[in-house]
Parts: sequence; C-alpha cells; structure tokens
Amino acid sequence: MAEKVLMKGNEALAESALRAGCRFFFGYPITPQTELAAYMSKQMPKIGGTYLQAESEVAAINMVYGASAAGARVMTSSSSPGVSLKAEGISYMAGADLPGVIINIQRGGPGLGSIQPSQSDYWQATKATGHGDFQVIVYAPSTVQEMADVAYEAFDVADKYRTPVMILGDGLLGQMMEPVILPEPKDLSELPEKPWATTGHGHKRSHNVVNSLYLTAEDLEQLNIERYERYAQIKEQEQRSESYLTDDADIVVVAFGASARVARSAVNAAREKGIKAGLFRPITLWPFPEDALKATLPTARAYLDVEMNMGQMIEDVRLVVEGKAPVEFLGRAGGMVPTPEEVLDKIEAMAASLA
Amino acid sequence: MSTEQSILLAGFGGQGVLFAGKVIAYAGLIDDREVSWLPSYGPEMRGGTANCSVTLSDEAIGSPLITTPDILLALNQPSFDKFIDAVRPGGIVIADTSMITPVCNRDDIELYGIPATTIAEEAGLNGLANIVLLGKLFSVAPFCSRETLDRAIEKCVPARKAHLVEKNKEAITVGMEA
Amino acid sequence: MEQATESSVVFTRPHALLPVVTNYCPGCTHGIVERLVAEVLDELDVEGNTIGVAPVGCSVMAYDFFGCDMIEAAHGRAPAVATAVKRVHPDSVVFAYQGDGDLASIGMAETIHAATRGEDITVIFINNAIYGMTGGQMAPTSLPHQVTQTSPYGRDVSSAGYPIRVAELLSSLDGVAYIERVTVDSPKNVRKAKKAIKKAFETQIQGRGYSMVEVVSTCPTNWGMSPQESFEWMRENMLPYYPLGVYKDVVADGYVDAAEAAQARAAQCPMVAEAQTEGE
Repeated sequence: MAEKVLMKGNEALAESALRAGCRFFFGYPITPQTELAAYMSKQMPKIGGTYLQAESEVAAINMVYGASAAGARVMTSSSSPGVSLKAEGISYMAGADLPGVIINIQRGGPGLGSIQPSQSDYWQATKATGHGDFQVIVYAPSTVQEMADVAYEAFDVADKYRTPVMILGDGLLGQMMEPVILPEPKDLSELPEKPWATTGHGHKRSHNVVNSLYLTAEDLEQLNIERYERYAQIKEQEQRSESYLTDDADIVVVAFGASARVARSAVNAAREKGIKAGLFRPITLWPFPEDALKATLPTARAYLDVEMNMGQMIEDVRLVVEGKAPVEFLGRAGGMVPTPEEVLDKIEAMAASLA
Repeated sequence: MSTEQSILLAGFGGQGVLFAGKVIAYAGLIDDREVSWLPSYGPEMRGGTANCSVTLSDEAIGSPLITTPDILLALNQPSFDKFIDAVRPGGIVIADTSMITPVCNRDDIELYGIPATTIAEEAGLNGLANIVLLGKLFSVAPFCSRETLDRAIEKCVPARKAHLVEKNKEAITVGMEA
Repeated sequence: MEQATESSVVFTRPHALLPVVTNYCPGCTHGIVERLVAEVLDELDVEGNTIGVAPVGCSVMAYDFFGCDMIEAAHGRAPAVATAVKRVHPDSVVFAYQGDGDLASIGMAETIHAATRGEDITVIFINNAIYGMTGGQMAPTSLPHQVTQTSPYGRDVSSAGYPIRVAELLSSLDGVAYIERVTVDSPKNVRKAKKAIKKAFETQIQGRGYSMVEVVSTCPTNWGMSPQESFEWMRENMLPYYPLGVYKDVVADGYVDAAEAAQARAAQCPMVAEAQTEGE
C-alpha cells in the first residue's frame, strides 16, 4: 500500500494532477492558492512538463484552451478574483468542447475581498462560470485526501465528457495539512486518444478545427441541444455525495467543502446531546446530488444549510426539498469560518422548535 | 480522556510556531492517527503573529480551525492574551515566560510557564524555544511516544538543515526537564 | 515543346488553402495575405505539421480557409493559445493570424508577453487601421484625425491618444527574432510580403525566437473607398506613419537567435553574464 504523507491541500491537488498525467500548467500568482503553482513550478521541469506563469489570468486560461485543443492534459489554478477573469476562457472551452481542469481556492469577496477562506463562488461555479448556455462539472472536496482523489479523477471525467471540470476548494482546505495517500501515477501512453485535437494532420486526415463560433443560429442551437444531452448524462452518472447519520435524522445539515467539516463536528456534538442530526455533503456541486438528497426527504423534518457565504447553495437545496420541510440557513461571510458551536446552537434551536 | 487533542500554537512569525505544529502533526501521522494542521496565512505572517491549529484524533476530524483549544502553546504576549480565555476548561497552557508575563484569572486550566527562550540560549540551543516548549508539553501531556517524537523531528527538519536534528531532540529533552 | 509549356500549370490554389468561398469584401487584402501564408506553408512543406490560430475580427473564419489544423481563439488571445500549442507540440509550426483590434488593443498583453517570452511562433498582423467586422470603429492603429464610426470627428489624440506602431514596439523586446512591416498594394510589394512571411516561418522552424510580419492593409468597405482609392489613401497616409522595412532581424545582426542577441544586449548585467557562463 502506498505511503501516507502529510501534505497541504494545495500541494495534494498539484501532485495528484501530475499523477493523473497533467503535464501542462498555466497560472498566475494569487493567495491562497500559491503553493499549488509553486509546487507545479518545482515539479514540472523534473518530469518534462511545462509550468508557465502567464501574464494574466486571462492569458492563463487561454493557454489552457490552447493546450487542451492541442490534446494535452492541462490545468490552471487560481482564487476567486482570478477565476472571474478566467470566465471568458472557461466559456470558450465549454463552447469548443475542450476538457481541462480549473481549480478555485476560494477567498472572501466580492471584489478584492479578503484572502481568508470562503465559499462565495458557489453560484459562479455552478450557475454562471461564464457567458452562454453551459455547465462545468464542479467537485467540492472537504479533506486533503479527497482533494487528491478528485484532482486525479477530474482529468478522466473532463476527457470523458469533453468538458471543463472545476475543483472548488477554499483557503482553509488549500492551506491545511492532513495525511493523504496519493494515487498511483498514470501511464501516459494509456491516456485516452483525442482524434479531435489539433496536432497537425500530417496529410493523413482532413484538418481539425477547434472552435466555438457558429454564425448559423440553427447550427448553434443544435450544438447546445447536443451538449445538454451530454449534461443530462452527467447528471445521471456523476452525482456524488456523502450522507452521514442521515438515515434517522430529524435535522439534516447540508454543507460542502470546509463548512461540511464544521457541520460534521456540530452533528456529532448534537448526537451526543440526543438530537437526531445528520450531515448531507454534496461532493459534486454540479451536478447537484439531488437524488441522494431526495432520499432524505421521507425522514428529515428540517434542513439546515451551512455555508461560508450569504446563502447560495441553499437555493439548490430548496429546489430539491420543494417546500416539504423547512430549510434554514447559517452562514458566515467575508472569510469567516463558522464554528461548530454556532452550528450546534442552531441545530439545538431547530430541535427545540420541532419538539 | 477524549481521543481528540486540539492544540493551538501561537507566537510571532519566525518563532517556529508552524514548525513546532508540524512536528506534532508528523507524530500523529507516524502513529497512524487522524491529523490536521492549519496555519494562519496572509499578511500577518510577515512580522506579525502566526498561529497554527493542530488536531490529533482517532476519528475523522471535523473543523480543523481550533477555536477552543485543549492545549495552547503561547510564544509571545499578544498570543497569550488573545487565546488564554479561549482554552477549554481543564485545558493546558504552556507559555514561554521569557516572553510572556502569564497573568490570567482562570483557575480552570493548568498553566505551565517556563522561560523557554532563556533555557534554550543557556543550553546552546538558540532559536529552539519553540521545541523546548514542545518538550514541556510532551512531558505534561504526552501525545505520542518519545521514539515517535524523535522520528517526527527527523521528518520535519529539512535535509539542508540536517545538522539541527540532534539539537531539536536535545531541546525536547531540555523542555521535558524544565 | 512549346505546346507543353502552354499547357503547364503556372498558377493554382495553394494546397494549404481550402477550396472554399471566403467572407471577405471585394478588394480586401486578407485574401492576398492568407494566400501568401498558404503558399509559404506549401513551399516549406509544413501544412501537415502546422497549427494555425484564428482571431476575432474579419478573419475570424480563417479556420475554415486554411488547410492545416486550426483553432479559433477568443478575441485577442491568439498569442496565448499559440503559446500553449507550441509548448505541447514544440516540433510543430504554429502561427497566429490577427488584426489590429485583436492584436494591439484587446490582446496587447498577450501579444507583448508572447513576444518577450520568445515563443517560437509566427504572428501575421493585418493592420488596416479600423475594426472591420463590427462595422468600422476606431482601432488602436487608426491615424490621428481618421474618421471612423466611433471617431466621427476624426481621431482626437487629446482624448483617444495615439496609434500604436506595433512593429517598432515589439522590436524592443528581447524574445523577438524577426519583425518586418510590409504591404500588399502592388505585385512587387506582394512578392516582398511573401518573402517576409516565409522568412518569419523559417525563423520559427529554425527555433530562433518570436517572429512577426505586420502587413499594412486596407479596408475599402469601412473606409468608404474603392479598392484602388484605398491603396492610394494607405500609401499617402499610413505608410508615412507606419514605415515599411525590417525592424528586427537578429540573424542579420550577427546572432544565432533572439536568446543570443538578448545575452549580448545585457552583457553588462552580472546576473545575465553569470547565466551565460553557466550555459557554456
């Protein structure tokens, strides 16, 4: 069995991406994702890969677009303000059906905001990563191990569906160290073929074109329809979540990423006090794991949505709950992290009103 | 006793707060326990206060951000003043009295003050007050075996500073006896 | 024998140009320049090994015209895209084909940084001093007093600032191996332009550094002139502002490549000199 090592979340994302066969990284410095780029700049030259510090976030994501078009496994990482700048390139990648991995180690916003951990880019990641009709697959790991796991898987998923994949972390997960077992390095010769890539046709095929421009409305509509058929397939096959003590839970706390860790502590404390609380933790934010959340409906009497923002995922939770139970909210914003005590107080208050 | 120990280490940037935290975290890793290590980050690292949350547990760790530590390792006055009231009742505080006047009105905690900076200097272990304090913590609330602790030090000291491994181990011993 | 000469093919479509109808206006110079690029790809026998990057602007559909593999980039980002393609396929020939708004306005950061990194790519830059596709707005290269849809009283430099001389600007950067400004208003100049384009691609293939050819061009439609009048206006007004000629050629300057020229230029800088010694 592989050795357990102690690693920062940012470093685990980077190392795992390398093991997944990523050999191209384009980025721009921003806190709190710095260690990720630094790790790449150190490791890439040793394994014949490319680390390039781009002149801007915009250039970086367009380099990702180019490298992906050229058939490479490629990624970029940034933090909230930088991801806003990448919106253009992500939309073009979606429009040209290009795979690639984008990491957002979120910080407080809006604007320059803070550099402390936040989850206030949920809407950006799941609803409006850029202009146009499209979605990106969004993973929200909550441990360093899970960061390594999803970074490893993200490239395969991106290639499978020919779509950008985002990993949504935050400053807390990026900066913290935990033991992690890293996945085995992939054999680069066994990565999937990309017959659509622009690699030079060598007069052996007609020319490949990577493009998102369709001036005929009927054509573009048809492409959008086909892309949404793929999204339907993703919704069916890629929803992922963790249900913790939800089977008999009166109160189901819904939280992702770092806030799910806080919520888990609170749920444990509530159980010790005899309150039937559970935690539902989406691992994919898009597709939102609605099937698994729906499964809690028959037993749950109330939901508590906990986020490090002013309330974003709660809208998706309410769409699933459909008014069948109250959905309450507890959030901290601006870089504040809720404490387990705060969440426990809220659970206790909810339990009291249910009694 | 709870299977979980939450340890908050705090001081000025440059005092080795993150390093001491790392040693504890590696000890947990070596013993195959659940571990989390979370540094404060950002501008406050440059010349300001630095702190580091370390949790050791036998179960999955919830929030890695420690707000009510079981143990506080304080390396300077501002950190002592800031966190002393946050320590869980029954908790342990280890303070470097070379840097701190440990005045507090709590009688529900165990407070151990040792002049770690002076002790380190006198023992020829300049700059290792952090590890002397760690040694003290290890003697009052052992979080692993001595063997594990020594191995953790070996893991944490970077290769280019390998000559400091023995000094760090010595600092642990000195701290334990203080 | 004479008969054979009469029946021999003397002019044909380059292989690297696909037999499709372009979207260009009558008298537009894009067609000429794209043809020159395709002829060069044929002559260097690199079409099968070439990846082109098309811009946003009138030549946005160039991905349908060139026979090599093509990528359509976001507005201004062609140099970033080309950079990455070249990094993935260092043995390929990679070029970006861009207009003035794309290259010198919205994509100026990408342009300058690809050049200063010395990316082994070739950029073909069409400078016709106007935004053509959107209907004739002021471009970064529009001349002072030039009337456009968004400078209806003429470009007022006190407000809109001055045009950018791209060839001059980029030639100051150390990553650049070769830059020439040409035009295509006459058979003679077309031949010169082709020579420059060929040299730019050869510069790339030989791994000497970044290469760019700026083609001073026309836009009869948005300038509101006939093609002939356009060339007249261009010769009279643009060429004095944008003089033709070679702006950088490190090989002609006696260096192997841009890297060597850069080293020589910074010889007085101890850090650079140190790196040079280490390299040897």
